[in-house]
Amino acid sequence: MLRRPFFWIITAVVAIFAILPVLGNNVDLRESLIIAALYITLASNLNLMLGYAGYINFGSIVFFGLGGYICVWLVSAQRWPLDASLLTAGACVSILALVFGLGILRLRGAFFALATIGINEAVQAFVENFGPWGGSSGIYLSQTIFDPLGGAAQALWAIYFLMVLVMGLSLYLSYAIKASKFGMGLLAIGQNENVAAILGVPTPLYKALVYSASAFLPAIAGGLYFLKSSFIQPSDAFDLTLSTEVIVIVMLGGQGTVTGVALGAYLYEDLRGYLLTSETFSHFQLVVAGVLLLLIVQFFPGGLMGFIYRQFPRTQKVLE
Amino acid sequence: MLGILASIIDGLLVGLVYGLGAMGLTLIWGVMDVINLTHGAMMVAGMFALYLLTDAFGLSPYAVLPPALIGGFFAGILLYWIAIHRMIGRPPLMSLLSTFSVNLVLIGIGTAVWGTALFNVSVSVPGLSIGRYTFPGAHILAAVLAAVIAWLLYLFLHHTRLGKAIRAVANNREAAELVAIPTTRVLAVSVGIGVALAAVSGALIGTLFPFTVLSGDGYQLKGFVVTVLGGLGNPVGALLGGLALGLLEGLVAPFVPVSWTLVIEFTLFVLVLIAFPRGIFSSRRGAL
Repeated sequence: MLRRPFFWIITAVVAIFAILPVLGNNVDLRESLIIAALYITLASNLNLMLGYAGYINFGSIVFFGLGGYICVWLVSAQRWPLDASLLTAGACVSILALVFGLGILRLRGAFFALATIGINEAVQAFVENFGPWGGSSGIYLSQTIFDPLGGAAQALWAIYFLMVLVMGLSLYLSYAIKASKFGMGLLAIGQNENVAAILGVPTPLYKALVYSASAFLPAIAGGLYFLKSSFIQPSDAFDLTLSTEVIVIVMLGGQGTVTGVALGAYLYEDLRGYLLTSETFSHFQLVVAGVLLLLIVQFFPGGLMGFIYRQFPRTQKVLE
Repeated sequence: MLGILASIIDGLLVGLVYGLGAMGLTLIWGVMDVINLTHGAMMVAGMFALYLLTDAFGLSPYAVLPPALIGGFFAGILLYWIAIHRMIGRPPLMSLLSTFSVNLVLIGIGTAVWGTALFNVSVSVPGLSIGRYTFPGAHILAAVLAAVIAWLLYLFLHHTRLGKAIRAVANNREAAELVAIPTTRVLAVSVGIGVALAAVSGALIGTLFPFTVLSGDGYQLKGFVVTVLGGLGNPVGALLGGLALGLLEGLVAPFVPVSWTLVIEFTLFVLVLIAFPRGIFSSRRGAL
């Protein structure tokens, strides 16, 4: 692992993310980079399902939202320390995903996609009705939770570094899985599930495992994100726009590639910044995302990395 | 006890309308193995057609059904050429993503124009009173109309040349092509019919309940539950699935707040998918 150039590329990217805003104490840059880090985290974990195993997960935002809720609830109602809450949120969501995945992932392709759309609706409906989590009005955090970290300003920096760490771990995880036997099995499932099963890939188990693995880091990212905003409500936690943007990012960058997804996230973050500030497009964010996705799916299913691989075949050896 | 019975009957009436919408979803799946993720958005389009036409021209809500059917048909043909045609024969992932992206565009336009405000179309049809209970006239009329449209679809599929061609393509596309059925045109027409059914069931639901631009997601989920109950690709099963879902909604309505029904329905959906992956009412594949 340590001798592969790609490992060091990831490390360099993480280091740049960590160092850039510290130089000159640039808070604006930090705020935009934390969103980019969040996008990269969500997109690379979705890519484990969509790009490797060829299974679309329309409900990946559930991991983010549930993780946020569990973490915020543990901090506010149970007075847990922040680090323990974050890890517990990740573990809980991951275990839930494993249990759910073992049941639902025996289903093939389209049926699984239907189930993931359903889980989004159902979990949101559940949270809106669930009293201890504040129902549809959500949970507010008091600023005193940040006292152990030395106040809110310090805490925002700590949250930023943790988010960058989570992003780095997501990229390493994507890479490590792709380089492993497990990853080979997943890619085989993505190519042809029947053949994979005949060749001895335990397909239901692998699918459930990758579903669960793709839940852990997004749940922690959700916890970090909602600790940062000190407020969580169902419409933010299970935001339709965010969940679709993540799919667009994976397809834009190139499904199944680690670099492409990170690149796609970064590009989309730029595009979104432009859309939000533009008079004409600020209301049509979903429309633009939809048109972009339609064009990619119809004409460039390989995404950006597909294009780069074709133009510069040598990059395939270095960039995963 | 009687209250529960009344609630069940009302549930069955609404269930017929769900079944009609789900027939559109299942028809498209049966013919070309594509799950139409614009289904919910097309239902909402039907609801808004109902709202705009009754509001602007003072039409009776039921006079809106023919324009909804025709408009839905052409929207469906357009949808086929924009999003589905190039995806036929590619992995299911691709057609899911491409219909999903059209859905995003529709929802995006809807929220930009109308926001997420609640809309309501008032319908005055005298109800039917039995003892202490009154069944709303709108519910009865919607159920009857849904049943009539479903029956017309059945006649169309079994007794017209085009309908038989659709069933032939659903059974075996290559063989249909060999006997000179223009399969591409048949696929486009099937999507047209599927979307028309979604739009008209949306318009019918608009006469029953208030709606927003985002209502489509919930109804789309109901559509999935219904089709999975009935077996994907089986229109008659979809109607039975709709009745089953209506029965369930009627049964739980007296005991559980309405906002929980989606959670219950989803749980049911998962259980049915795991226990009966081919559907409860499905006899065989290609039963169109």
